[in-house]
Amino acid sequence: MKVTVKYFGLVAEAADKSEEVIELSEVLTASELKKQCLEGLAITDKDSVQIAVNQNLDDAITIKDGDEVALLPPFAGG
Amino acid sequence: MDKKKPKKVFVQGAIPPEKIANSVANHQSKTNIGAHSIFLGQVRADEVDGKTVTAIDYTAYEEMAENVFHEIREAAFAKFDITCAHIYHSLGKVNVGELCLFVFTSSAHRRIAIEATNFFVEEIKAKVPVFGKEIFEDETHQWKVNK
Repeated sequence: MKVTVKYFGLVAEAADKSEEVIELSEVLTASELKKQCLEGLAITDKDSVQIAVNQNLDDAITIKDGDEVALLPPFAGG
Repeated sequence: MDKKKPKKVFVQGAIPPEKIANSVANHQSKTNIGAHSIFLGQVRADEVDGKTVTAIDYTAYEEMAENVFHEIREAAFAKFDITCAHIYHSLGKVNVGELCLFVFTSSAHRRIAIEATNFFVEEIKAKVPVFGKEIFEDETHQWKVNK
């Protein structure tokens, strides 16, 4: 299945990309996908990164074909 | 009256001070209003390890952010008896001393407007996926985190 992954802020900087489509061969939860996407990236506090699946921040969600996933570092609005 | 319509929150670059005056002027015909409450966020020249912030470059997960802004508006209208509410947030580069957030609520009476503005600001800081790159004078940067 194909999933679109969007990277923001310091995660986009560490990954050196803002978006990619990845192919998943196994069933993953959002939390597992986050771990996989962040692996090898130079990010000090990976626990502070949240994953949104179709804009939903619940990381227990199971990823489905066609989902839009976003890796969100701490918010800094205002 | 216009509380259900999703509104565009993001503006490119700093929010011009004239926008605040114009917003006030636009509400003078609404004579059921007795109080406006305004919050203005201004980019601060923080000092970190001897280096000074000169600007913040804002980015956002825009589609999600616009939806979260809308949810916050809906929650605010359900919670407070406000006449109207407007939010503007910058994207892109905003220099120190310039405005990056403008929250404007109106009500018949002051307490409701003040409480509603406070609610908006706290919700925006906690829930909206906006990211800020603090740029120092030597072009290095760090990523801002809301406290």
